[in-house]
Amino acid sequence: MLLKDEVEMLRRIPLFSGLPPAKLKLLAFTSDRVMFSAGENLFHQGDIGDAAYVILSGKADVLVSTPGGQLKVAEVEENSIVGEIAILCNTPRTATLTTTAPLEALRIRKDDFLKLLADFPEMAVEIMRVLADRLSQTTSELTEARSRAQRVEA
Amino acid sequence: METRLSRYIWTHTRKQQLWILLVVALSMVPYFLSFDLPKRIVNGPIQGQGFEEPGSTQRFMPISFELPFFGEVTLFSGIELGRQETLLALSLVFLLLVIINGLFKFYINTYKGRLGERLLRRIRFELVDRVLRFPPKHLKRVKPAEIATMIKDEVEPMGGFTGDAFVQPALLGGQALTALVFILIQSFWLGVIAAVIVAVQALIIPRMRRRLLVLGRERQLTARELSGRVSEIVDGIGTIRGHDTSNYERADIAARLGRIFKIRYDIYQWKFLVKFLNNFLAQVTPFLFYSIGGYFALQGRLDIGQLVAVIGAYKDLPGPLKELIDWDQARQDVQVKYAQVVEQFSVEPLIHPKVQELSVGAAAPLSGALAAVNLSVADEGGARIIEHVSLQVRPNETVAITGGTGGGGEALAEAFGRLTWPESGRIVVGDTDIHELPEAIVGRRISYASSEVYTFQGSLGDNLLYGLKHAPLTDVAYDGDKAAHRRWELLEAKLAGNPSLDLNSDWIDYAAAGASGPDDLFAKIRAVLDVVLLTNDILALAVRSTIDPAVHAAFASEIVDMRGALRRRLEAEKLSDLVVFFEPGSYNIEATIGENLLFGTITDRARWEKVLETHPFFKTVLKRAGLHETFYEMGLEIAENVVELFRDLPPDHPFFQQLTFMSSEEIPVYETLLQKLRGRPIDQVSEEDAIRIIRLCFGYIEPRHRFGLLTDEMMEKIVEARREFSDGLPDDLAGIIEHYQPNRYMASASIIDNVLFGRIGHKHTDGSDRIRAIVRDLFESLGLYDKVLAFGLDFDVGAGGKRLTASQRQKLNLARTLIRLSDFYIFNQPLLALDQRTQDQITRNVFSFLRAEERNPAILWVLSNPALSDLFDRVAHFENGRLVEDKSVETSRDDSDYKELAS
Repeated sequence: MLLKDEVEMLRRIPLFSGLPPAKLKLLAFTSDRVMFSAGENLFHQGDIGDAAYVILSGKADVLVSTPGGQLKVAEVEENSIVGEIAILCNTPRTATLTTTAPLEALRIRKDDFLKLLADFPEMAVEIMRVLADRLSQTTSELTEARSRAQRVEA
Repeated sequence: METRLSRYIWTHTRKQQLWILLVVALSMVPYFLSFDLPKRIVNGPIQGQGFEEPGSTQRFMPISFELPFFGEVTLFSGIELGRQETLLALSLVFLLLVIINGLFKFYINTYKGRLGERLLRRIRFELVDRVLRFPPKHLKRVKPAEIATMIKDEVEPMGGFTGDAFVQPALLGGQALTALVFILIQSFWLGVIAAVIVAVQALIIPRMRRRLLVLGRERQLTARELSGRVSEIVDGIGTIRGHDTSNYERADIAARLGRIFKIRYDIYQWKFLVKFLNNFLAQVTPFLFYSIGGYFALQGRLDIGQLVAVIGAYKDLPGPLKELIDWDQARQDVQVKYAQVVEQFSVEPLIHPKVQELSVGAAAPLSGALAAVNLSVADEGGARIIEHVSLQVRPNETVAITGGTGGGGEALAEAFGRLTWPESGRIVVGDTDIHELPEAIVGRRISYASSEVYTFQGSLGDNLLYGLKHAPLTDVAYDGDKAAHRRWELLEAKLAGNPSLDLNSDWIDYAAAGASGPDDLFAKIRAVLDVVLLTNDILALAVRSTIDPAVHAAFASEIVDMRGALRRRLEAEKLSDLVVFFEPGSYNIEATIGENLLFGTITDRARWEKVLETHPFFKTVLKRAGLHETFYEMGLEIAENVVELFRDLPPDHPFFQQLTFMSSEEIPVYETLLQKLRGRPIDQVSEEDAIRIIRLCFGYIEPRHRFGLLTDEMMEKIVEARREFSDGLPDDLAGIIEHYQPNRYMASASIIDNVLFGRIGHKHTDGSDRIRAIVRDLFESLGLYDKVLAFGLDFDVGAGGKRLTASQRQKLNLARTLIRLSDFYIFNQPLLALDQRTQDQITRNVFSFLRAEERNPAILWVLSNPALSDLFDRVAHFENGRLVEDKSVETSRDDSDYKELAS
């Protein structure tokens, strides 16, 4: 896969879709292309987040460790980005990501990503918009869950 | 310390001062003889006095003197010599006196110099010795650079003064007194006048110079502060730039320099005013002689011959007097400096020398419990950070301290580690106060580690074993010149009051590390490095270093043999795609085009750059291989891509670190170059421009840069061209490329590159980690592990350990503590720079390491993660400087309060 294919891939991710192609190309260039075989970990819960991953191909499980063992909370596949929260707000990884099939990803280092945001405010605005979208979605889900809980209690 | 310099000098150099006075007195004899001799040569043989008749002779060197009651005693009646012989003999005597005088001068100066240097050595050592015994509170207040300036620069003049301290006044005073007495004998009243003026000079001038001394002291203080500030600027440069406060610092420095200038200028003004007055007083005396003496002479009360004699004698008075006053000035000057320095180093309570006394034998284990008794510790401002804490750690017991920052646990640990002293209360071992026990016991039987690490400049191994260097344990046998030198060292050390400890001795206390000698110490080192998870870091440092295969020939050949083993191993584990090996017959996709073309590494970069531009060889080979044009087009393509990607970025942008093709300054150059060259075939392009474009290809790696430029056909051509570079290299380029040879160690490449003999693929994110693990495993199975680790231990950590990361430094510090066998281990959040998971893992490792051995030491651990407290026997919880909870873990587990605290 060439740089220009990766740019195409990045464009399909909502977080990056609004960015000019030249910036996407720079983002792709500064990132590493990495491969994982099935059953490998992209990162561990509790580690300090140092990079986000754009999955180019393959699948992975999102696992959270609970007192009862590992709990699978979601699955991710190509055209999605994982680990972006940890590099934006400096928190430890909230989950472990384990591949279920051979996986190819673009590894975007935290410093590079933040530097890009600082250099190109339009990118930051775009990211903000996507995150705000997500927040409102989460909020409405939470409201729904709460009202459901209230109904159950009542 | 003695506060008066002259007394300090007298105490330490009394005998030598008396000796040198005697020698100086002796040296006066030939000195005065040599004054008289020229007159005798001129009057005698040259002008012919006593040789009036041709052939007349004179007695040469009769030695006779008059004694009362005996009359004349003749020891040597002399030799009869003619006029020419006398001239020659007298001239020879003159030459002899010149030599004797010179030798006296040489001896006196050397002796005085040596005296001064010895005293300087003594003062400096005493000062550093005091620094080693400073109480902790004082050390927080002083600036290291100021202390260093005092020890290095400010005491320096004292050495120079020492030699003159007593000799000079005796000599000059004697001369001045002689002249004065002579004048008094000639004429009482004129003598009195001279004496009065001298008295005025001796009284007024030093008084005026007192102001100079005050200024001198100010100058010293401000200069010392300046050096403190300069070192602060250097240390804090990151903070200064980060906060844009460089101009504040400029203002501060400018203000300081202004103050220093003013003081120095004041000094000049006073100095020359005093000089003027001094000269005036000296000159006014002849005026009085001429006027008053002349008046007396006219009156007939003074004989003219006497007047002339007085004026003649007076010539000898101002010289010594002036020098005497200068000496006094120097004396006061160094006295002020000395007093200043002594004041800074007279700190109470200084640790008693007995506490730090050298102890060669092994320290006896501590038997009692380590306990804080009603302990309070205050911070710099006097606020109590722990109050009335009583806590006991029994031998073999493990205690966790929780409560987080500000709880007080850290302060307690610091007090246990003797980094702070109690304000009230005590810290005891058994019944004895910890501060009364010698450091040879508490400094060995109690080990302390915190996250504040100091790493000394030197090798990693030196730093690791630093905690074992308590005393010189072996007597080094010196022979021949070295033995003589050692004897000299010992003598000089004794004369300057320095200790005679031998730095060349083996200071490492192997027994204190649980080893019997240097051979099995290495196993210990490995064990502790494994415990703190530092082994991989050190191994990584080791394998990245280059070694000289000529020196380590056996090791180098073993590394070369390892290449095959690595391949077999990777094949066995089905990981062959992890590394792409260098094969003489195929293209290495993970290496740069340049590496593939040369199939080797460049040994001399600077020379290579020149060759590339000017040597025809290169172009010829490319042309013959049919690559010249291809590379040119590829280079253009790369340039287009790079310019597009990086055009908008500011030149100091960190992304440029990932740009291997060109530097940020070259971007605009290539931008214009592209505009000029676009669409033009290579034969219309100047040689220089073509090279500039072609060289871009050399750094290109397809899987990494992903521009899609490398075709199979090109790869084939490149491989074909390789042979030309190895076989056809002209003689003047010999040695510039070190070719990859499967069976030879490459001196210019690192150990890991030599093992791999290939490149790690870019695709696996943890490829290098896996390779490292496999290589490590191979080192282990081939018995090379210890050798490689030893190379890693030789790594120079740099000033303050700056070549290591903060987490590596903390791990090293913990390892340094663990390698010592102690009865009590105090860990004060020693791994703050590490992430929580690693901290937890190392904590568990340390536990199993210390618990695994029979000795079962006590552990006191200030935890940053309370979840680990179930490892311990007891948990002590601190809040606001007070111990609020002290329970054994078994009982507290069921306690809901504890759960709340721990969560």
